[in-house]
Amino acid sequence: MGCFVDLYLPIAEMSVNALVIIGLGALVGFLSGMFGVGGGFLTTPLLIFYGIPPAVAVASSATQVTGTSVSGAYSYFRRGQIDLKMGAVLVAGGMLGSVLGSFLFRWLKSLGQIDVTIAIIYVLFLGTVGTLMLKEVLTTMKAQRSGQAPARRGRRHHPLVAALPLKMRFPRSGVYISVLAPFLVGAGVGVLTVIMGVGGGFIMVPAMLYLLGMAAGVVVGTSLFQILFVTAVATLLHATQSQTVDILLAILLLLGGVAGAQLGARAAQRLPAEKLRLFLALLVLAVAIRLAIGLTWTPRELFSIQTALA
Amino acid sequence: MRVLLALLMLLAGAAAAAQQPRLVTDLSQSRIDISYRFAGAELLIFGAIQYPGGVVPEEPPGIAVVLRGPVEPVTVRKKARIAGIWVNTQALRFESAPGFYAVATTKPVTDLLDERNAAIYEIGLNHLQLSPATAAGPETTGRFQQGMVKLRVNEGLFVEQPYGVQVTDRILYRARIPIPSAVPVGNYQAEIYLIDGGRVRARSTSPVIIDKTGFERSIFVFAQDHSFFYGLFAVTLAVAMGLLAGRIGRRG
Repeated sequence: MGCFVDLYLPIAEMSVNALVIIGLGALVGFLSGMFGVGGGFLTTPLLIFYGIPPAVAVASSATQVTGTSVSGAYSYFRRGQIDLKMGAVLVAGGMLGSVLGSFLFRWLKSLGQIDVTIAIIYVLFLGTVGTLMLKEVLTTMKAQRSGQAPARRGRRHHPLVAALPLKMRFPRSGVYISVLAPFLVGAGVGVLTVIMGVGGGFIMVPAMLYLLGMAAGVVVGTSLFQILFVTAVATLLHATQSQTVDILLAILLLLGGVAGAQLGARAAQRLPAEKLRLFLALLVLAVAIRLAIGLTWTPRELFSIQTALA
Repeated sequence: MRVLLALLMLLAGAAAAAQQPRLVTDLSQSRIDISYRFAGAELLIFGAIQYPGGVVPEEPPGIAVVLRGPVEPVTVRKKARIAGIWVNTQALRFESAPGFYAVATTKPVTDLLDERNAAIYEIGLNHLQLSPATAAGPETTGRFQQGMVKLRVNEGLFVEQPYGVQVTDRILYRARIPIPSAVPVGNYQAEIYLIDGGRVRARSTSPVIIDKTGFERSIFVFAQDHSFFYGLFAVTLAVAMGLLAGRIGRRG
């Protein structure tokens, strides 16, 4: 049986079990279809855990996120749930961020601190987002159980954002804010996309809601729109700067991923929204805790080897 | 007169050379192709010992078989705990670490060879010359070198088989070298040593090429030589797959 599924990856320069990678893509795709997140935050650590060189894992995961976000972005676009003006500003910021990110990536790699930096960023962001989400979901669920209408949060953007100059009107999002705010959000997410191989939806969606105060209806679609373009740019940057995009690995992940995403989207329609968000919050926290353990427990191997590829 | 003397010395030299045993070697394959189905391989290195005058000695011969991959510079890092988090703190650069190194011997290297010969011919994982390029004490360098060797052994990229060479009738020898799927591509060299009294008596070498072939090679070359179009192709493919799946999903 083994000989049918072993596949040699030309860029990662190792043999993998194709079914395991497709299964991994399907699992991540299922979750991303269910929760509307790209799932890069799961793919990259899982690939590294499987033994794929980290640089190849990050680059190929960005390619996979492009593929999984495109069909979502397209269906939101058809329903008119993308703020193209806001999206363009976010993408412009994202492009700047991804170029900055690729320099940062190389600098950290030369210092030998790339792995620990990635892990710390993951723990901080996933830990914060997971905790906030869990708190909000629990409050909503409690309110629902006691029969009250859930408290509506006023859609006001953050006071820091209100202080920025260069205000512009974004009618679809229903905001009148400084163009710098979405540009900076996009840039920050772009840095993360290149360094960690994630789309950054788990940071961008809360940032759009609570920092920019955008209308909830366009948040997910616009986020997917930005992710689609920025992960595509990240793929190009990785391909030209370090030749670390493994197209075969990306195809395997996508084969499972796109199928899983369809199933996930269908499963999502059967579950109440609060339950879904609770699961997502717990999942995000679990990944954060697992990575925090990896950072603090004494590693089995103190030494590591860095060659041109790793 | 002087010419005659030189000629005599030459002849004596040739006679002495004839007194030395010779090694004849062959490989199961001199080229290992990495195709999309490649999941590791095994290289059989075999041959015969030609003794001077065909006289086979009483003692079983000592043989060491080495397969050496291309060398490259590597940085070895060591973690230490800073504020509760494990961070890479120390780094040591080695200029010439082989990407693959396997040694098979008739008995453990320390019983077979003296220190000097083992070091000269780099036989045994403890005798690799990695050319440390970072100034550090010999003790630190040694610890880093051991750490690196241990990692590569775990990955199957460094192999030591103390009884890996089989000798038949004190003439024929053979060794099987396992090659993992993560093996680096490049020009390899198989080296066979005949050892007696702790010293190398005869040596033979054969080149081995490990390279990607067919589809794997095309992809690799595409990614290296036309990296922008490769990236563009990857993006296009991802977008196409995503859209196709979306369409199928809507219909279903």
